[in-house]
Amino acid sequence: MADKSRDTSFSWMIGGPQGSGINVSAEIFAKALSRAGYYVFGQIEYHSNIKGKHSAYRLRISEQPVSSHVETVHLLSALDEETLVGDLYHEFPAHPGHAHEVAPGSAILYDREYRKFIDWLDRSDVLFWEIPYADLLEQALSEMGKPGQARAYRIMNNSMVLGASVGALGFDFEMVAEAMRESFGAKAGKVAEMNVNAAHHACDYAREHFAGKIAHRLPPAPARREQILIKGSQAVALGKLQAGCGIQTYYPISPATDESVYLEENQREHSLVVLQTEDEVSAIDAAVMAAHGGVRSATSTSGPGFALMPEGLGFAAMTEAPGPVVVIYQRGGPSTGLPTRWEQGDLSFAVSAGQGDIPRIVIASGDIEETFFDSFDAFNYADRYQIPVILLVDKHLSSSYQTMAAFDTSKLVIDRGALFDPAKNGGGEFFRHAFTPSGISPRSIPGQPGGVFWTTTDEHDPRGHITESIPNRLAMVDKRMGKMDLAGREIPDEKKFRLFGSGRTPVLVIGWGSTKGAIVDALRRIDPEGQTYSFLQIRILRPFPVEPIRELLERAGKVICFDGNYSEQLARLLRTETGFQPQHRVVKYEGRPFSEDEIVAALEHAVAGGPDRIVVTGGRVIDSDFAMKEFDRMVEMRLKHEKMLPPMVPLPPGYNR
Amino acid sequence: MGTATDIKTFSPQDYKADIHNDWCPGCGDFGILSSIQIALSKLQIPPYRTAVVSGIGCSGKTPHYMNTYAFHTLHGRVMPSITALKLANHDLTVIGVGGDGDAYGIGAGHFVSGGRRNLDLTYIVFNNDVYALTKGQASPTIAKGQKTKSMSEESIMEPINPVLLGLACGYTFVARGYALDTKYLVELITQAIRHRGTALVDVLQTCPTYNDLHSKSWYGEKVDGEDRLYKLDQTDYDPVVHDPNDVAEITQKKAQALLKSQDPTGRIALGVYYKLEVPTYEDFLKEKITALQAKPLVELEEIYHRDITPNLSKMM
Repeated sequence: MADKSRDTSFSWMIGGPQGSGINVSAEIFAKALSRAGYYVFGQIEYHSNIKGKHSAYRLRISEQPVSSHVETVHLLSALDEETLVGDLYHEFPAHPGHAHEVAPGSAILYDREYRKFIDWLDRSDVLFWEIPYADLLEQALSEMGKPGQARAYRIMNNSMVLGASVGALGFDFEMVAEAMRESFGAKAGKVAEMNVNAAHHACDYAREHFAGKIAHRLPPAPARREQILIKGSQAVALGKLQAGCGIQTYYPISPATDESVYLEENQREHSLVVLQTEDEVSAIDAAVMAAHGGVRSATSTSGPGFALMPEGLGFAAMTEAPGPVVVIYQRGGPSTGLPTRWEQGDLSFAVSAGQGDIPRIVIASGDIEETFFDSFDAFNYADRYQIPVILLVDKHLSSSYQTMAAFDTSKLVIDRGALFDPAKNGGGEFFRHAFTPSGISPRSIPGQPGGVFWTTTDEHDPRGHITESIPNRLAMVDKRMGKMDLAGREIPDEKKFRLFGSGRTPVLVIGWGSTKGAIVDALRRIDPEGQTYSFLQIRILRPFPVEPIRELLERAGKVICFDGNYSEQLARLLRTETGFQPQHRVVKYEGRPFSEDEIVAALEHAVAGGPDRIVVTGGRVIDSDFAMKEFDRMVEMRLKHEKMLPPMVPLPPGYNR
Repeated sequence: MGTATDIKTFSPQDYKADIHNDWCPGCGDFGILSSIQIALSKLQIPPYRTAVVSGIGCSGKTPHYMNTYAFHTLHGRVMPSITALKLANHDLTVIGVGGDGDAYGIGAGHFVSGGRRNLDLTYIVFNNDVYALTKGQASPTIAKGQKTKSMSEESIMEPINPVLLGLACGYTFVARGYALDTKYLVELITQAIRHRGTALVDVLQTCPTYNDLHSKSWYGEKVDGEDRLYKLDQTDYDPVVHDPNDVAEITQKKAQALLKSQDPTGRIALGVYYKLEVPTYEDFLKEKITALQAKPLVELEEIYHRDITPNLSKMM
């Protein structure tokens, strides 16, 4: 087992049915904690469902920066019985509940109504803290002139569960109340006060009965400082706004939609056109043509949507459009797969999608802060090299919240690339696809006098007319593909990869995308001096930085590569590009992101001489028979107990069915 | 470079690109191409303020023959392409051109949404019943039971009625032209470009190479002693919705257009079937994004100097 003594962070979880507002409560809490000066990492797991199915939200709260979640829970706040005992109503249960994740000596907060389920849990080593939510709600409502209506107002349970957590942890209730009022908004003044009051009652009850009795406590808050609490979909969107994006196109798809919705909310303020198209084919083609139209453009989608886009990628590349920027929010595939779950399954697809030779830049952001700057850079690359740019992110980056310093935009410079200037053209003719030493042809903007041009998805001559001539074909393919070499030469190494540690340690860990957060946290835990491990984060996958990466791989001792997919896609890319095979490949493909614990477990397993291929889930390395055993165990668990009814999500008072 | 003091006028020749045209001799496309060029010169829209955007196929080559901003895009993707170009610069005159397979087959989903949006666009469909560039397979407009010489079997699917489809999708201007009557086609295209909203012009086009059924002589035949082709504006037909707020009038005007488009006698009406003037997508967009009232998106310098500080402050 890893030495966990260095980890002083506190892990809180709220679980309940979708539609019951656990995410609202968790985000309110996260905001209050952020303002108090804590570092927070918030991670939600939810089903592809609107109301009723189980969701769970973890907040990792720390006095030091955190960029991942852990498997253990120090205070579990259950909104329903399913959070405690698991799914007991599907033939094949979806999950075993979260009681087993609670650390010994830690506590579970639950509603008195669910007392009988406590006996089902074989946990004599944790504290069970029962709260009479209905009674407390009745008190709160009576004070506000609504006696006898506790049943009707059960929708406020999420606020009470948050209040109880705050009381049990001894956190400042007023800070939570303030965030709660903001969350409800000025229009919902009365509703906000009712929720605050109900939460206050639960808080007082928990403070009185449980405060100080938990083994793990909230660490002391560091000094208050200016920080933001942001999720990846917002950071990507802000990067686009900062970059001067003019048109965002999209077709709704989880988990990409949050970004477009955020941009829609900002379109008036920031003069951004958001076009919801009829499908992803239209989304990318419209983005390509907006780029040709002289406006910076982008589209955001997920794997199934990107599956409809390779045609448009070729369109962009062949016509040398300055863009678009395509953001792919990876989720579990193939096909519809796991719509709301994590996977890094689209690396191979992103680097190779399309027919023929398509130049492209593929960036993989490692954390939420990077998504902002990568999103900004993507537009500069698109304009400068006149090629499509793919930004690969994922569900974990998209929907997780993290505290960080507000982005420093002072050094960001917009580069629109080579533009046609008729005054400098000496009266000569304009060739949109002119052969130039750099391979980049200056572009005019439709509407610009003197800049009329032709372009086509057929192979074309410098003027943009169709030709099938051999020398022209050779020169044009060289021109288009050469832009990737140019980008490779011009983009600085620190944007292509980052090395954490000396690179001369016995072990080199390699990862990409959102595995970064968990890897960085894990290495800080097990190797704070950086004596054993270095970490190489690959940030640009196309054009691949072959030489510097090969050099690092060749001088490394043991190389351990992390991939959030079955087929070891990063390891394969490394092999294809450098000829180097990492000795150990660690994969995770069950739909949930790597936790810090899983990184630690896999590294220790590999270093201790484990197999070449290591699979992890639930915080540990698993054997090949794990899945079937666990599957059977969950079915047995269901059969052992009486069948549970699916959770009912309370409706707002007065809701007319 | 053009300036405000220029008094240059544009002749049809000014819209012609200096390039060899590789359409088949006698192709109906020539008539459509020259009609577009003449219409633009009638409207005196400068070539550099115009963009012609095509899909794939014989019609797809049209932009190459235009001396305007010219985009030869993807099969079926004319509508997304012209939509975005117009959003980028609403001062451009944007004309989409495509075949019947392009518009009503592979691009049908986009065609539907284009009608719903109603940007100020013109969409000219070259309708010859066949996929000519792939050597004459059946297109979505060929009638059930028909077989051109290029088809091995007769079609066993119902054809799409472009007028009906356009009406159903919400196109606010629906017209039908004939490629070999360029004088009238110029008139229709001119009206379509002038129309504020998305205008559909379905053009019956002869394909001398693959469509032996609907040839110049077939279109010129008499039906029950009368010309097969006739012009709606030479009848008492009134395509215009005079009160856009009158739902009953809109329904009535659409119904009469539908009846005209499926004439059981076999006669074919040319002309404007339907016209409705309502606010465009751009009009609604300008209400939301007020900066667009002064300038098109592509000219908004301020978007490159956005201040995201208020967004960040909300996250504190």
